[in-house]
Amino acid sequence: MKIVVLVKHVPDAQFDRHLTGPGNTTDRDESILSELDEYALEAALQLSEARGGAKAGNEVIALSMGPAGAVNAIKKSLQIGASSGAHLSDDALAGSDAAATSLALAAAIRYLGADSPVDLVLTGMASTDGETSLVPAQLAERLGLPQVTFASSLEVDGDRVLARRDGDAHADTVEATLPALVSVTDQINEPRYPNFKGILAAKKKKITALTLADIGVDAAQVGAAGSLTAVETAEARPPRTAGTIITDEGDAGIKLVEFLAAQKLL
Amino acid sequence: MAKALVFIDNPGAALKKSSLELLTIARSLGEAVVAVNGELHDDVAASLGAHGASVIYRPSATDLDDYLVAPKAAYLAAAVEATGAGIVLLENTADGKEIAARLGVKLNAGVITDVVGVDADGTAHKSVLAGSYTTTAKARTAVAVLTVKPNSVDVDAPAAANTPEAVTIDVPADATANAARVTGRAEKPASGRPELTEARIVVAGGRGVDGDFGPLEELADALGGALGASRAATDAGWIGHDYQVGQTGKTVSPQLYISAGISGAIQQKAGMQTSKVIVAINKDAESPIFEIADFGIIGDLFKVVPQATEEIKKRKG
Repeated sequence: MKIVVLVKHVPDAQFDRHLTGPGNTTDRDESILSELDEYALEAALQLSEARGGAKAGNEVIALSMGPAGAVNAIKKSLQIGASSGAHLSDDALAGSDAAATSLALAAAIRYLGADSPVDLVLTGMASTDGETSLVPAQLAERLGLPQVTFASSLEVDGDRVLARRDGDAHADTVEATLPALVSVTDQINEPRYPNFKGILAAKKKKITALTLADIGVDAAQVGAAGSLTAVETAEARPPRTAGTIITDEGDAGIKLVEFLAAQKLL
Repeated sequence: MAKALVFIDNPGAALKKSSLELLTIARSLGEAVVAVNGELHDDVAASLGAHGASVIYRPSATDLDDYLVAPKAAYLAAAVEATGAGIVLLENTADGKEIAARLGVKLNAGVITDVVGVDADGTAHKSVLAGSYTTTAKARTAVAVLTVKPNSVDVDAPAAANTPEAVTIDVPADATANAARVTGRAEKPASGRPELTEARIVVAGGRGVDGDFGPLEELADALGGALGASRAATDAGWIGHDYQVGQTGKTVSPQLYISAGISGAIQQKAGMQTSKVIVAINKDAESPIFEIADFGIIGDLFKVVPQATEEIKKRKG
């Protein structure tokens, strides 16, 4: 089975994040592998291992699009267990919105499937920076693949993909045929950590560097120029300030209600 | 005048507030038309008319719910082409965003999610990076597709009765060709409380509730609010994952957020810091939640919360 997992290098959500890059883009200095992508990678590794792993010809390719630093997200994925990496990087990609990103990634996935077809594209449920959840659905549309998104469980039986999708009002069981695109939630598994052996092994794994020319995409179709939306202004929200803090002296519940009444919230 | 198309998926027996909000925005932009999927009750159609819809479009197919997302996007693309709408408004749910995503590819239209306001010229306002920035964004294309968060606008009062024109849209024959099939559907039991992302008031608990959400449920019910939880509480299995507020859960922006027994680490703050008023109750005076609370109580939630619930009940008589 040949699986492509999309991984993104995102600013660490544990710290303050800023839109101070060119064209109101994200500052990516303190970046890590997006936490939500670890679940997709774990799902891919489990599917590969259940079929005998790399020895049996299974492949898990970690694909990332982004500037030079994005290679760190791929390296981390290789340490965790991906078999190889692909890094799509090109100055012309800067400022790409979801439409431009999905166009470039679709071309990269077609490129990776040129020698042998890709059976499954796996992604997280959202990036932890842009948080739009648009790219998986747009990739499925562009690649003409069945879309199985927000999967909280996943099984592949022959060429049948079986998943559970939890919505707010109902939980659905969903079925599709390979090749397919699946996005997974953070409920699907417990991602593993890289171990010492994995970290050593990763040094020998191959990372293919891809440019727009390699994947046959014109620079005008991507980046800020090829994007279908533009962020016009970005303003840091004034930080919230602490209000009244009291220590309970036996009547804090009453004082709370008085506060709510004064704010007309009752 | 610009035409704005609102998509309402399975309106059910009565229109949701979020659907009325989309209609209100559509009317503020120009002529409002509606594309519905699923059953359409007569009084729902009448209500759509009263809220300004001039045309109601319906799909020629009745099996769109048997597939995941893709055929609904195909139907909506056909509806946009038939109407010549310049702006499409959808709910900011998982399905809404994905239908918008695919519609954007089909129509080569810019898609903007998590919208909280739309200007007359189509400029969308949103909050990003977990509420730490507000941005304005605009589609550079002939059609703009926006998914709008609940509680973004006040719903206009219904106008004089008007019977919208009914038009059927032919769903393309290949709409279901490469779609995942829904093979089973289990409805989740209704809690009787408002939906978390739409609620005006949210009462949320964390590690400090130590497995007992009882007092918070009672406070939520006394206030007519929804129940929420931190990741620590959902990971501990005390309450379902559906209730999780935060970076990997739901983002809420209610009028009032009451946080009880939650330390307020960044993962939690990401999901609630755009709330209008934040009240925090925590035993630990050093909890970061107090840095963003409008009203903070250092104390035992098992004493403070029931006392507050009693007082609210007394005042409401």
